[in-house]
Amino acid sequence: MVFELTEEQRMIQEMARNFAQKEVLPKAAELDETGRFPDELVRQMGELGFMGVAIPEEYGGAGMDNVCYAIAMEEIARACAATAVIMSVNNSLACDPILKFGTEEQKKKYLVPLASGKKLGCFGLTEPGAGSDAGSQKTTAVRQGDQYIVNGTKNFITNAPQADFCVLFTMTDKEKKHKGITAFIIDMKWPGITVGKHEKKLGINASGTASLIFEDVKVPAANRLGNEGDGFKIAMHTLDGGRIGIASQALGIARASLEDALAYGKDRKQFGQPIVNFQAIQWMLADMATEIDAARLLTYRAAWLKDRKARHSKESSMAKLYASEAAMRASVKGIQIHGGYGYIKEYPAERHFRDAKITEIYEGTSEIQRLVISSALIKD
Amino acid sequence: MRFEFTDEQLQIEEMVRSLAQNEFAPRAAAIDAESRYPEENMRQLAELGLLGMLFPAEYGGSDAGPVSYGIVVREVAGGCAATVVGMAVTNMVGEAIYRFGTVEQRRKYLPALAAGKGAGGFGLTEPSAGSDAFAIATTAVPDGDSYVLNGSKAFITNGSRACVTIVMAVTRREPKKEISAFLVEPGLPGFSVGKPEHKMGLRGSDTVSLSFDDCRVPKENMLGAPGEGFRIAMSTLDGGRIGISFQAIGIARAALAEAIAYARDRKQFDRPIADFQAIQWMIADAATELDAAQLLAFRAAALKETGKPFTREASMAKVFASEAGNRACHKAVQILGGYGYTRDYPVERHLRDVKVSTIYEGTSEIQRVVIARELLR
Repeated sequence: MVFELTEEQRMIQEMARNFAQKEVLPKAAELDETGRFPDELVRQMGELGFMGVAIPEEYGGAGMDNVCYAIAMEEIARACAATAVIMSVNNSLACDPILKFGTEEQKKKYLVPLASGKKLGCFGLTEPGAGSDAGSQKTTAVRQGDQYIVNGTKNFITNAPQADFCVLFTMTDKEKKHKGITAFIIDMKWPGITVGKHEKKLGINASGTASLIFEDVKVPAANRLGNEGDGFKIAMHTLDGGRIGIASQALGIARASLEDALAYGKDRKQFGQPIVNFQAIQWMLADMATEIDAARLLTYRAAWLKDRKARHSKESSMAKLYASEAAMRASVKGIQIHGGYGYIKEYPAERHFRDAKITEIYEGTSEIQRLVISSALIKD
Repeated sequence: MRFEFTDEQLQIEEMVRSLAQNEFAPRAAAIDAESRYPEENMRQLAELGLLGMLFPAEYGGSDAGPVSYGIVVREVAGGCAATVVGMAVTNMVGEAIYRFGTVEQRRKYLPALAAGKGAGGFGLTEPSAGSDAFAIATTAVPDGDSYVLNGSKAFITNGSRACVTIVMAVTRREPKKEISAFLVEPGLPGFSVGKPEHKMGLRGSDTVSLSFDDCRVPKENMLGAPGEGFRIAMSTLDGGRIGISFQAIGIARAALAEAIAYARDRKQFDRPIADFQAIQWMIADAATELDAAQLLAFRAAALKETGKPFTREASMAKVFASEAGNRACHKAVQILGGYGYTRDYPVERHLRDVKVSTIYEGTSEIQRVVIARELLR
């Protein structure tokens, strides 16, 4: 058991923290208020290697490990959760499946620009009728010679309005149910693809979320990711990694809640003394800090297992479940410590609360994480 | 970052798990029902070198280090919680004597503790000094080549079994209160042991009050320097809290394993209750929280092992593990339903045994004070 960060991990932590505090944090309130996509931050993150942290350098990434990825994600999310999810989707949901399942040509053509941050990726799995039940895909891909014809609608796709490429899931053999799902790499410029309405959300406002409509989109067979029928396996593997990213995002939000509440509580005087002198406040701070540390250890453990190519489904789900719910609790306490000031937009506490909520929902709801964890334990 | 045990730690884990599961677990119900001190378990622990894990071989110890020690506490707790608390306090006392004692004191007590010739006791708490430990009233007044102790101690684990007890007493009141630590042996005139407490859980462990009535303790039995007692006590408890974390984790893991086995087997509405999400949710939450608790506890142990500060981390581990352990044991009783409430299954004992972990060696409230203080620095 070694709990110390490596030299490289400390380095990226410092680099990400500096960037997040100097460049991202000052913009976070404005990004939240306007819902503007932070093009300039995404470009800067690309230059820093943050858009493909755990992707090898030969494929355009930073060539670091997944613990580094988790560390960088936490720092960006500490400053702005919306910017962090743009990064997480590109790293975990676009780059990672192409690295693991893509051909050499696919990697050169798509992974290199994605991981280097020159292009942006999205992940098309969710549909209006397929949320937690991801296997019930209605989008179809029908083979015609050396291409597939894709039709259907995807829902709640993060980065959809800005993405250049999409890792898309379709049904190629309905009879086989989830074993009939096939994945493709889609160029968003192809004819027949429409970006639907941009969702108005409770939080993570600066990240683009939209539906994607596919009408007779011709996809070359060379863009198939893996074999026909591999799609569900690819999606589940990808989400195992994605959950590490979301756990880290939740950690960053929780830490923001704690650090902001701590600063406010030291400053704010009631009954003639700083409110942090009261045990009622101290208890909340102590619980936030303890749960954040627990969440971080669960997250690093999952990332470390992924780096060793060991099984990590259960551990990723534990990290995601615990970190997201801890972030929610921390953000509620953060507002409470600020009192009335926590309810108004002059302070970031209410933003943390709105941003935290999504982490319990996307990339597998808390309910799906509990299913993954309990089935691993009961079947063992 | 490396989330795995060394080969040596894996060997210790396997050895102690097999001892705890094959020997201790089958005796645990009777030890609880009869409130019987688990003498035979202590003997086996001594034979395997598990009573002196935190000091070196030259004093009879095995110097296995805090991480291995955590593994051992967790595994023994999974077999018999009443056994682990006696073992843990003995190890903690041995470590304190090694760290703060003279060579003579080490030679005199450590081999005896490691060999299980007697347990170790830690006498800090008093009837009116629990969380407010600095408020102790027991006094030690120098007189010739002795200190004369007067006062009483409460809730002392191993108190009637100890071959040596570290007793904290006030050696100066003005201008500044000073506490010193003493190594007290049984049989000293004026030193008496009270009735065993009737406890909710850990019924096989020895918990008594101690009284000192003009009890003369030789000056060479002072542990550390005059006035160093409170620092010794706090530093000892930092390590003790890691032990209690693993104790709670071990008990709760046993309860969770029992609940999972039961849920697979028990049929209602024509299928195993493990098929129901209501049951799955409880299992998932208990397992996630216990994994988080273990990571916090191993982190504190690893910091201790490498000589780094770990006060805040030990308090985090202790408050989290003890509270998560309680929640997990509650869920286990709930999953077993009416059967969980009977003594035919061990989960009601696990619930009674785990309860004290949020109380002793610093209540949850004291842990939160420590964590908040560190945050506000």
